[in-house]
Amino acid sequence: MSEGPVNSPEIRRLARVLEPGYNYASVTDKIASIVLTRPVSLGWLAGFSVSFTVLMVLLGSIAWLIVKGVGIWGINIPIGWGFAIVNFVWWIGIGHAGTLISAILFLLNQQWRTSINRFAEAMTLFAVACAAVFPGIHVGRPWMAFYMFPYPSTMGVWPQFRSPLIWDVFAVSTYGTVSALFWFVGLIPDLATLRDRATNKPAQIIYGMLAMGWRGSARHWHRYQSAYLLLAGLATPLVLSVHTVVSFDFAVGIVPGWHTTIFPPYFVAGAIYSGFAMVLTIAIPLRKAYGLQDFITMRHLENMAKVMLATGLIVAYGYFMEFFLALYSGNKFDMYLVDQRLHGPYSGYYFALILCNIITPQLLWFQKVRTNVAALFVMSLVINLGMWLERFVIVVISLTRDFVPGAWGRYQATFWDYSTFIGTMGLFVSLLFLFVRGLPAISIAEMRELVAHKSEGDE
Amino acid sequence: MDGMSDHEHKIDQDNHPPNAEERELREYPLDLAAADTKAKSGTGKQYWRSIEELAGDPHFEDMLHREFPRAASEWDESVDRRDFLKLMGASMALAGMAGCGRTPEQHIVPYVKQPDGLILGKPQQYATAMPFGADAIGILVESHEGRPTKIEGNPDHPSSLGASDSFAQASILDLYDPDRAKTPTYAGDIRTWANFQEVAQGLATSQKAVSGAGLRILTGTITSPVLAAQIQYVLKLFPQAKWHQWEPAVSDGSREGAKLAFGRYLNTVYRIEKANVILSLDGDFLSSGPGHIRYQKEFYRRRHLSGPGDEMNRLYAVEPTPSVTGSAADHRLPLKASEIEAFALAIAEKFEDYATKLHPKLSLLFSPNAVKFIEAVATDLQKNRGTSLVVAGEQQSAEVHALAHAMNAALGNVGSTVYYTEPVEANPVNHAESLHDLATDIHNGKVDLLLILGGNPVYDAPRDWAFSDFEQKLKKVHTVVHLSSHYNETSEFSRWHIPETHFLESWGDARAFDGTYSVIQPLIAPLYQAHSAFEVLAAFTDKPGVGSYDAVREQVKAILGGGDVEKNWRKTLNDGLIAGTAFAPVEAAAKFSPANLPAPKTAAKEELEFIFRPDPTIYDGRFANNGWLQELAKPTTKTAWDNAALVSPATAKRLGIGRTIASRGGEHGQVRSSVVNIELAGGKVTAAAWIVPGQADDVIVLPLGYGRMKAGETGSNKGFNAYSVRASEALWTATGGKLTVTDDEYPIACTQYHHNVEGRKIVSSASLEEYKKNPNFAHEKDETPPDGLTLYQDFQQLGYYKHYKWAMAIDLTKCNGCSACVVACQSENNIPVVGKDQVMRGREMHWIRIDRYYETGLPTQTDDAKNEAVEIPALYNPPAYFQPVPCQQCENAPCEQVCPVGATVHSAEGLNDMVYNRCIGTRYCSNNCPYKVRRFNFLRFQDWETPSLKLMRNPEVTVRSRGVMEKCTYCVQRINNVRIESEKDNGGVGREIRDGEIVTACEQACPSEAIVFGDANDPNSRVSKLRAQQRNYNMLGELNARPRTTYLGAVRNLNPDLEKA
Repeated sequence: MSEGPVNSPEIRRLARVLEPGYNYASVTDKIASIVLTRPVSLGWLAGFSVSFTVLMVLLGSIAWLIVKGVGIWGINIPIGWGFAIVNFVWWIGIGHAGTLISAILFLLNQQWRTSINRFAEAMTLFAVACAAVFPGIHVGRPWMAFYMFPYPSTMGVWPQFRSPLIWDVFAVSTYGTVSALFWFVGLIPDLATLRDRATNKPAQIIYGMLAMGWRGSARHWHRYQSAYLLLAGLATPLVLSVHTVVSFDFAVGIVPGWHTTIFPPYFVAGAIYSGFAMVLTIAIPLRKAYGLQDFITMRHLENMAKVMLATGLIVAYGYFMEFFLALYSGNKFDMYLVDQRLHGPYSGYYFALILCNIITPQLLWFQKVRTNVAALFVMSLVINLGMWLERFVIVVISLTRDFVPGAWGRYQATFWDYSTFIGTMGLFVSLLFLFVRGLPAISIAEMRELVAHKSEGDE
Repeated sequence: MDGMSDHEHKIDQDNHPPNAEERELREYPLDLAAADTKAKSGTGKQYWRSIEELAGDPHFEDMLHREFPRAASEWDESVDRRDFLKLMGASMALAGMAGCGRTPEQHIVPYVKQPDGLILGKPQQYATAMPFGADAIGILVESHEGRPTKIEGNPDHPSSLGASDSFAQASILDLYDPDRAKTPTYAGDIRTWANFQEVAQGLATSQKAVSGAGLRILTGTITSPVLAAQIQYVLKLFPQAKWHQWEPAVSDGSREGAKLAFGRYLNTVYRIEKANVILSLDGDFLSSGPGHIRYQKEFYRRRHLSGPGDEMNRLYAVEPTPSVTGSAADHRLPLKASEIEAFALAIAEKFEDYATKLHPKLSLLFSPNAVKFIEAVATDLQKNRGTSLVVAGEQQSAEVHALAHAMNAALGNVGSTVYYTEPVEANPVNHAESLHDLATDIHNGKVDLLLILGGNPVYDAPRDWAFSDFEQKLKKVHTVVHLSSHYNETSEFSRWHIPETHFLESWGDARAFDGTYSVIQPLIAPLYQAHSAFEVLAAFTDKPGVGSYDAVREQVKAILGGGDVEKNWRKTLNDGLIAGTAFAPVEAAAKFSPANLPAPKTAAKEELEFIFRPDPTIYDGRFANNGWLQELAKPTTKTAWDNAALVSPATAKRLGIGRTIASRGGEHGQVRSSVVNIELAGGKVTAAAWIVPGQADDVIVLPLGYGRMKAGETGSNKGFNAYSVRASEALWTATGGKLTVTDDEYPIACTQYHHNVEGRKIVSSASLEEYKKNPNFAHEKDETPPDGLTLYQDFQQLGYYKHYKWAMAIDLTKCNGCSACVVACQSENNIPVVGKDQVMRGREMHWIRIDRYYETGLPTQTDDAKNEAVEIPALYNPPAYFQPVPCQQCENAPCEQVCPVGATVHSAEGLNDMVYNRCIGTRYCSNNCPYKVRRFNFLRFQDWETPSLKLMRNPEVTVRSRGVMEKCTYCVQRINNVRIESEKDNGGVGREIRDGEIVTACEQACPSEAIVFGDANDPNSRVSKLRAQQRNYNMLGELNARPRTTYLGAVRNLNPDLEKA
């Protein structure tokens, strides 16, 4: 074959999922050392302190909410849902990338997923945790929120199963459970490695208990592989179902701007879009801070950028279809809403959303941009913001202009809205900090597999 | 609680004056040991009474209230710590006693059902009357075990005919207002009533010596024969004393107008029912002034359409600012208040009687539009001689009133649509002059003792001669005794303040607008140490301590003459009035000709005219502390909790007054409006401006009643005080003022700012002619899908609605936005008041709201708060439509489907039931409600602590806590009460509920009978007949929610000559 661009050294470098020169031991050393031997850095401490403080802001905000009621937020009649639901949808969406990477790409045998799947999954879990804060506290009587679960009430009362919120309860709790299981099962061999390498007693005991007696026997590996495969199979439909169900919260409602059939695919695409953006937002500083450039390579980043571009285009299509269907259907409420999106009091949000979610990602068509770490990092932040704005536009702005003009209103978030939102970021980042210090952020076992594959492939 | 219902239980009525025992006690020096022993010695009832009397001893109470007991100043070894502690113990015991026994001391007789004994849990209704200006509103009061909880109109009473208004509805809250004054005070220190009586006797003695030369009495308008007699009695005892009257929100115009027209004060009574064509000269006869509830009823009975063949009356309104009446008018012309006289003359000029005699060039004063209006009205009035009516506005001058009388006479309306009676007021005087005389006397030092019985002159007197420095002047008076429900601005400057009883707490009487004698019977003993004007006056006579009960009885006896006195008395109490006591029409000889009036001048172009108006919800300020009325959106501005200087859109543009929609709350909550400084009549006030479509240009309306400094927690420091720029010579219309627009903005709580239906199926309207041509106008462009087009079985197919099928029909032709229903609902359903801040966040809790739309609404783009975009001509005089929106009780309810916990569920009769216990507050139902009728307890809005408010609540309706959704239930408690009765009927066999048996609170209150509730399964029910009309339509029918609340399209009876204009 001629020396085409495909075989250029540059391309080969970009195509690598693991930089050369690693063997089983060095991979293990490098990843395990972050947890076991590396001293607590000042940077980690500083970062954790800040995020923990922000987490305390969340707890404070929730405490005040329980004392006073949801009236401390900016919600009103007609805008019954505000930041809480926006944030819920946003966080749930972010989680999707983790599951997609670990389950779907696993089933599709995409090797490049290996070095990012662990923390992407962790991100999923933490994002679901952040999301799960909101449905519980956004209700007027949080202490009664358990009514949403189908428990055997002595009164014989069941949830109202026609309500999408009940579907949500099932979808999100299933998603949380499967994600946690999947993540944990994947961790078992690594926990055993940490147990074996740990030098102090408490770490040995804790990792030992978590490793559940893993000895690395062939039988263990066999069962582990089947369990992992099964769980991957189980998690895969969830990637599609969870956000579909979340979108039903809106699509089933009759509010103009909510009631549209485009929502399920559009929400799923949006979720993956924002999820990959969030993976990039985390991976880029992480690989820098812990010198993991060899494991999280440019190929990973570029692949993720490509996924973002693809899902971003689906989202753009969704926006377009939303407008098209409103105009095509001739539904006066929908048409009015389109007009409001463009010219109404919140049009600024809409244009910001278009800029963030549609215009900016077009730069990803260029490889130069896709392989520019700084550009990718900025873009990931922009897309995260854009996706948050999208949910704000859908949830809040639709409610400001519904059917009866005499009842129209407006929404403005209060201090407590912001403190709760920012507080969940504190929760998320705190968990991430604990995660990178306490667990291997990259799957050691799978990296070793990769080394094995590589050595075979190189021959 | 004992006794409220126990009507045979007669409590000793002989007021053996201030209790022999008490007097006896007083003579002793304070003997702690004896008091203590006394408190311990009694048993049973005797014990109770003696303790009460002991507690009533002024010396004893004095001591308790002072920081140190009186004995402390002369503390000697004889009183040791033990005795002191014993005394404190006794006082604690007494404090406990005071909590019981809130029963009035006299017989009162229930209205409808005479119970053999009280059935606990069964409310009873008593007839009484609410005195209000020169009127008494006949009411029925619902009483739960002795607690009055709800006010409704008395169907037998001529002033209400069973309906009520927002003031009457809200007056129950005044009774339980926790800010009411609770005890008599002297210079701010707590005193007892007995103490006051003693002092009063002393003052009376010294006045007696100068035959009352230093005694003045200041009251509001009094229609009570008993109270008037009491005042006359005082004046007889003190021949040189004088009685002055001042009612700040009632104009002298109507009184003086009658004098001008007939040479004496006469009372004008309209028979709206008989009028085919009505011209209102700045009159708001549908929502204010004597008889307005009745007038509204009669007016809308003439607008009842059962089909396109029916005819309606026609109302023309000329007014400077949109009133409820003007908004309801078929044709409305905005005109400056000062131009009304010229306008009236211009109409009169067209009458044959006056042609050529009047000022021939009047028409030149008006715009071509107005001239056309004048022509059309004049023609229409003359076409309907004898069945037309000209109504002059309360705030208009005597000349306009005289003109209206002359026009009615010329049109032959006197005796048919209008008649005159002797004055209803006990002592009609010119209030402005009366107050002026009082101020002069005070200034000249002639007044030693001033009794202010009700009212608040320091706050509401004209600022110039009388009371701007009234504080200073009051200091010249040796003793001012102020009787009022609250310790207000005037009380501050009064030596004595006596808490005034609420009308539900004391005996009294009043004459209604037509003279009908109405009895005011108390439903509850005074909650606090409150006393009536009658009792305060009695304290200065030789009969102190005598209540008004006997006087009322005597009055009834005198009116009814012989016969069975006791039976008559009971019947009178039962009815709340004595039938047939309306004053007979009098022949009024006209002594006035419009030709005598000087040629009217018109105001200079662009000269600002400031007009004063009583506030639509808090009136002259007396309701300032009433949270229900404060939170009630004012009918024409939809603002609450503040007044504002109202300006027309064009004037606002000229002056640079703007407003922006705040991002918090927005159209449903908060609008930030320019702040203006107004300099007028030597005073200066800073006010928020508010743009009102339909207002006359260059007119600034200054609503009275706000800017109270000492109204209570609810009412103080709200809005601006228009009285501070109100001068005596221009009480209603003033010029020469200056208005400067500042750069500041003030947030106004506005519950509805978007006035355009945006082409949606919300309000349907047509003219009467269009209706006749196209009876189906309400269904034009109707996209309601036919029933049964569903994949699923709907509730009907599932066997729901088999028995009853509740429905409500609201006739938009009849709604003028008066808002009585809103307050009635609030009272019936224990709806909390949330306060201005929460209203500004869009969180008011009203279960029924009244949306107001303009036919030519604001263009959509004004949403961006760009005032330049407002099309001024469209807002010059837009016809307004009012739409009461309670829960629509949809058959396909969008709310039911999305509730995750089944807290809002469909009942077998088609109601959307709210299960508060089950609700967790996701608010999904509200988001999904297309009508946005659901209300959420975002915070704990209910007051759970204030004891007096607990008494007020309707025990049949859950008091909601925070975090739950609530909404209109069609008054399900009333439905169930009637259902229980119907099922028990026929000896337990039961029967169908009869049509009209269930009356929802809103329907009950509605003076125009716009709201009808009933069973849609019964083809003969009123609601079924309305639903069968072609005008009946579903709001937003295309959504297929199939609401049970339906609307009947609004029909206006337009004059074909004016229609094209």
